[in-house]
Amino acid sequence: MKGMSTIVKTIANISFPIITIYGLYIIAHGHLTPGGGFQGGAIVASGLALIAVAHGSSWIESKIKEHDLSLFESLGALAFIGLAFFGIIFGGVFFSNFLVDTSMLFGNIPVGGAADINTGGTLPLMNFAVGLKVIVGLFAIVLVMALATHKKEDSS
Amino acid sequence: MNRRNMLAAAFLTIVSVFLLLGMLLIHPFGSPTSQAMDQYIIDNTVEETGANNGVTSVVFDYRGFDTLGEATVLFTAVASVVMLFRRLKK
Repeated sequence: MKGMSTIVKTIANISFPIITIYGLYIIAHGHLTPGGGFQGGAIVASGLALIAVAHGSSWIESKIKEHDLSLFESLGALAFIGLAFFGIIFGGVFFSNFLVDTSMLFGNIPVGGAADINTGGTLPLMNFAVGLKVIVGLFAIVLVMALATHKKEDSS
Repeated sequence: MNRRNMLAAAFLTIVSVFLLLGMLLIHPFGSPTSQAMDQYIIDNTVEETGANNGVTSVVFDYRGFDTLGEATVLFTAVASVVMLFRRLKK
């Protein structure tokens, strides 16, 4: 798939950082506001798909290989399951929220419903893991499909 | 009407009766049968998980297994799509 015109490329380049920041905000504030890893990951992946459509899949392929995307997706899944297993070690049960009510990262408890980013225990970390997994997973699907059709058109 | 069609008609009747019975016997909308667990989560989610967003605390803490299954579904989907289209690429 070849890239589109300069107008489309410019507009995609302008809107891509905004979409990415919005998606990362949705992921990072998953324990405070509606949203979370799945939703924010889908937003960031749609921004990456916009870039892939505007610039063409061969331009994307020169920047990043889908092999690396698979690596990062597996890393996200391993982080998610690893956090769940840390619950067994530190909290006694699978998926135990062992970080809550400690002085460690994300350990605070909100008083009176106050919005504090440093709350939630393992929930923000799990949101980050799932977000990473969804971003690279959905983008890998888009990229692999685009590359497959691209090579097929060339050979025929 | 041959034997196959009659069998299909009988099967369709049985399935329709079961579905209609389920539709008629369902409890009224908006009044769940048991509210004990809902009320427990509403009361204790802030103290137990430290999250303001109760939905996230249910998804990632109280019902973490559900999310684990969801993540596995996504992982399987991505793996199968990559496996399928990598052969097309060559």
